[in-house]
Amino acid sequence: MLNIKNLHAAVEGNAILKGINLNVKAGEVHAIMGPNGSGKSSLASVLAGREAYEVTEGSVDFDGKDLLDMSPEVRAREGLFLAFQYPVEIPGVSNINFLKTAVNEIRAYHGQPPMQAKAFLDMLKSKQKLMEFDANLMNRSLNEGFSGGEKKRNDVFQMAMLEPKLAIMDETDSGLDIDALRIVSAGVNKLRGKDNAFIIITHYQRLLEYIVPDFVHVLYNGRIVKSGTKELALELEEKGYDWLKEDIRLEEPVQ
Amino acid sequence: MSAEQDILQELAGREYEFGFETQIEMDIAPPGLNEDIIRFISAKKQEPEWLLEWRLKGYQLFQKLSMPTWQNFKLPEVDFQGVSYYAAPKNKVKYNSLDEVDPELLATFAKLGIPLEEQKMLSGVAVDAVFDSISVATTFKTQLHELGIIFCSFGEAVQEHPELVKKYLGTVVPQADNIYAALNSAVFSDGSFVYIPKGVRCPMELSTYFRINAKNTGQFERTLIIADEGSYVSYLEGCTAPMRDENQLHAAVVELIALDDSEIKYSTVQNWYPGDKDGKGGIYNFVTKRGICKGKNSKISWTQVETGSAITWKYPGVILQGDNSIGEFYSVAVTANKQVADTGTKMIHIGKNTKSRIISKGISAGHGHNTYRGQVKVGPNATNARNFTQCDSLLIGDRCGAHTFPYIESKNNTAMVEHEATTSKIGEDQVFYLNQRGIDNEQAVNMIVNGYAKEVLNQLPMEFAVEAQKLLSITLEGSVG
Repeated sequence: MLNIKNLHAAVEGNAILKGINLNVKAGEVHAIMGPNGSGKSSLASVLAGREAYEVTEGSVDFDGKDLLDMSPEVRAREGLFLAFQYPVEIPGVSNINFLKTAVNEIRAYHGQPPMQAKAFLDMLKSKQKLMEFDANLMNRSLNEGFSGGEKKRNDVFQMAMLEPKLAIMDETDSGLDIDALRIVSAGVNKLRGKDNAFIIITHYQRLLEYIVPDFVHVLYNGRIVKSGTKELALELEEKGYDWLKEDIRLEEPVQ
Repeated sequence: MSAEQDILQELAGREYEFGFETQIEMDIAPPGLNEDIIRFISAKKQEPEWLLEWRLKGYQLFQKLSMPTWQNFKLPEVDFQGVSYYAAPKNKVKYNSLDEVDPELLATFAKLGIPLEEQKMLSGVAVDAVFDSISVATTFKTQLHELGIIFCSFGEAVQEHPELVKKYLGTVVPQADNIYAALNSAVFSDGSFVYIPKGVRCPMELSTYFRINAKNTGQFERTLIIADEGSYVSYLEGCTAPMRDENQLHAAVVELIALDDSEIKYSTVQNWYPGDKDGKGGIYNFVTKRGICKGKNSKISWTQVETGSAITWKYPGVILQGDNSIGEFYSVAVTANKQVADTGTKMIHIGKNTKSRIISKGISAGHGHNTYRGQVKVGPNATNARNFTQCDSLLIGDRCGAHTFPYIESKNNTAMVEHEATTSKIGEDQVFYLNQRGIDNEQAVNMIVNGYAKEVLNQLPMEFAVEAQKLLSITLEGSVG
């Protein structure tokens, strides 16, 4: 589904990603871990098409199409979803209208007619139930005055509504208390299927107890330095990242 | 009757016959401003002597007054002698139904998206359409008539209800208020007149569409609305104007009078031609609007959505004279390209326990400049006066400007005056967030702007709110790359 080859990216001339290679197939969940500043969130931003990031080398294939050639909204319509580390507030824009617009824009892109109000509300209700999402938040302005946890849950709820092929979750667990974490994880698990895939970016192994990944990658200094299965996450939890840094230093050629 | 007059009348009659087949003929006064022109206008409109005197007094004041210098924009030179002060469709007849109205005129309205017939049936809105300066179609008159409501053109009111016009004209906006108000009082063409009798709640939104059509004729509308004791009225004013090369002056005066326990809600969607991308052409919209809460427990509420005009310069205000009266001002002003808006309100607290509320939302894009200028004045007898002002500015891009000039003056120490102001930029983060959900830039900006202006748009009647939202979108089209 997603094939990243030798991806390099920079912000204002500073190299942030330095040759990422990653292959994600339908039905898989990949976790990306790594210390602060290793480039995890940058990878999410580059994939979603944030303007400040300049791709300097490499390619990204998304279901047979050149992802890097698409505008951010086209990437979204093609089925790439980003759950934000910091979802923004948009005052005065109702959550429902926003979702309806998003759903219909995506449908229009695929040549489908706009959803009828009734059908949309039915879908809204069923997803609300599935994700245990507070109906009161639905009628409020988009994220306005939401707590950190509510914003994250709103993002995951949007994910349920938009049914993306590939969801990238950028530190969705940060700012969530243990109950919210459980609910969000349960929601994600319900959305997992053989046709979609997840990239879960996180600092902590805790989230991965709830959403069990098929693969774990460690990102350090703009590169994936180690890949493994879920056991790798446990190892990281136990030992921290320093042992990996040591390994890498040994591998780096002496200047 | 002299032979000459006979011939004139015959010609006039002939024109009437053929008038419907060709372009609407205009009866245009030669450009220029002098006493003769004023007499000409007054005679054309068959006005009583007292009104002519009043106009002439206005003209004298106009000559004495000088241009303001406090505005936050460069006031363009206006050639008052180059303007024609009277233009009217020549074949003025009274219509009993829309079928009798010139089809070409109706087609023009249709182009502007104002199908009278449809509005009549669908929205229950009585429309007093002003085409250039003279009213041509008035609907729903009968229904209003049964309730004793008077809703007619200003000219008609002068003929049929002179006592009301004489009693209230110029009582809220004095002729000497400012140079443009003086000019308007000298040369006003037509406008609307509304009177709601005691205890009557007007069952429909009263609506007038203004439109500038004749070339190079300034529009000088005059509107007077009187809500008698315990009555209620909601009035809508909306306007569109076609493309135009020369600058056009629009200097209207609106006066509202609310007596005891009455309420007037006045909503405007202003969409005059704003000029091209370089600011060429466009309307100068220099308007004086003011209401007085004359009676106790009365309320006046102004709501305006200003998207058009090269320059918008107006401060709809409320004089809170009656005890416990309430004044409100809700405004969205958008400036794109080279547009300028210097707008706000005046709330003058005179009576006890008077309250005012000001919500102003400025949006600047392109090279647009948006100024909020407001005055809150609390008089010595205005015990327990309350004011809340919120004035927000939203910037799109980095070449536009937002400015705020709030003036607060309190002479009563029981008064409470609050002022809040924010300035924000449409964040790239917000746009990107919406992009990431499949929404393109244009629509993302629309959503953000409409959300920002929602508090004001919510004040508008439903059908107007939809139109206003569309206008915001159209105005900001292409302002985010």
